[in-house]
Amino acid sequence: MSQFQEKTQIIRIERFASDIVRLTLDSPGIASIAKPGQFVMIRTGNTKDPLLRRPFSISQTSNGKHFQILFKVVGRGTSLLAHCREGEFLSVLGPLGQGFRAHCQGTNCLVGGGMGIAPLLFLGKHLSRKCTQNPPLVVVGARTEEELTPLVQDFKELGLSVHPATDDGTLGHHGLVTDVLESLDLESDCQMYVCGPHPMMTAVHLFCNKRNYACQVSMETSMACGIGACLGCIVSVEKGGYAHACCDGPVFEAKELLWQVK
Amino acid sequence: MASQVNGVDLRVSIGSLNLKNPVMTASGTFGYAREFSPYVNLHRLGAVVVKGISLEPRLGNPPPRIVETSAGMLNAIGLENVGVERFISEKMESLQGINVPVFVNILGDTLDEYREIAARLAGVKGVAGIEVNISCPNVKKGGVAFGTVPEMAAAVTKAVKAESTVPVVVKLSPNVTDITVIARAVEEAGADAVSLINTLIGMAINPRSRRPCLANVIGGLSGPAIKPVALRMVYQVAQAVSIPVIGIGGIENADDVVEFMLAGATAVQIGTANFVNPRASEEAVEGLAHYVVEQKIGSVRELIGGLVLP
Repeated sequence: MSQFQEKTQIIRIERFASDIVRLTLDSPGIASIAKPGQFVMIRTGNTKDPLLRRPFSISQTSNGKHFQILFKVVGRGTSLLAHCREGEFLSVLGPLGQGFRAHCQGTNCLVGGGMGIAPLLFLGKHLSRKCTQNPPLVVVGARTEEELTPLVQDFKELGLSVHPATDDGTLGHHGLVTDVLESLDLESDCQMYVCGPHPMMTAVHLFCNKRNYACQVSMETSMACGIGACLGCIVSVEKGGYAHACCDGPVFEAKELLWQVK
Repeated sequence: MASQVNGVDLRVSIGSLNLKNPVMTASGTFGYAREFSPYVNLHRLGAVVVKGISLEPRLGNPPPRIVETSAGMLNAIGLENVGVERFISEKMESLQGINVPVFVNILGDTLDEYREIAARLAGVKGVAGIEVNISCPNVKKGGVAFGTVPEMAAAVTKAVKAESTVPVVVKLSPNVTDITVIARAVEEAGADAVSLINTLIGMAINPRSRRPCLANVIGGLSGPAIKPVALRMVYQVAQAVSIPVIGIGGIENADDVVEFMLAGATAVQIGTANFVNPRASEEAVEGLAHYVVEQKIGSVRELIGGLVLP
């Protein structure tokens, strides 16, 4: 179990929409060993308030030196991060957790929604290199075009076929990613890798259940430490009780989790 | 840096137990220590206190269990733990290898449960001390927390002391009218030391959803926000008892350690800071050694209760 606490320099800041930011961090220790689906814990400031680190999935690595995180500004921590400048340093812990268990058998399908698309980019890169015979399908959804276009572009640069969906119809299908999934002619040996808002993951899990597809989901919870000490990041499991998203996950087999289906 | 630490006298004693320095880790914030081994040279710490253990395994509370607050956090983990048997069979082995005194934090719903856990831990290799969490509700007394009634706190202390072969530290709840009364009660009942403070009961509400931020509605407040309260209570308790006091509450670095020792603490525990900076405990040891050298004092023990009053 290799983990690092690194002072990492911000080498690039990109703004995709008014509230969506992508940071590229110079972090050889973490970037060189990170696996798709793993995450990092980042201090968003140097003061006691906000106190806790914030979890971010690793959205891409390059050259074993840099990695990226993608986030939407949702509170004080992300707001502070969004106001950082290139050249500044951030304290980062990682890489943490159990990532996607990826293989090349069957049809791999990456399904992402909103900021949940972030770790799938990393996975997409990994699978496009590893599984040259059967590259993964990509189905991604977001609120609107300006959020989605840069990510769709990244997937396309990997040579992957992308099926976008937007809430407002400004890019791709006007509606949900599950609509897109229903419309695709998927093989029976499909393996889904899913990350996104909880209702979306629930819907994809149900879709997979119906068709008997394998499904891995990356769970987002609040957490204080990211390393198995605070026990704050629980998710309910099917057999009863809880698992810890930081150490048992964040990626789980969907069928092992307990889903609240209304 | 290491030689600096090695050359400086940071030793303190808790009852019959000698620690190489006063920096311990607080229960529930350091897992079973191995979680921190990628970040911390565990053998450089004064002692480690592991997650609270009950007689039977506990699942803990439903989510959300934690929420950040101003300069702190609230938690309502609900004492999730593997139970004393699995603790001994699964967790003790790696703890035996870390070459640091290990305190096992114990908790129960009844006096008998405390007694049974203490008896089960007696003689287990690698257990250097017991820390008794008395902030739990006594189910046989209508759910009143053991730690809020002097007689109940004393009874738990006596029960655990009777079964234990190692020093017993009683961890005090700050959610009382006068913490010195409880401290004196557990001292008379035979406690070898007291540790304080446990978390302050608090609450957070989401104004948009109009719901409590924690599923348990209320939780324990920790972090820098509670440090002034903890310092005050350590100061008061240190004057009320003659057993060692272990200071806890918002400690992040060596300066914080020094403050608690000046207020009367013999040792300290670092808690929530471990979440923010997993190296906080070891860095506090290093910083404390620098402080002792810089201040030209013979040993760290000279700091205990050394507050200069106006």
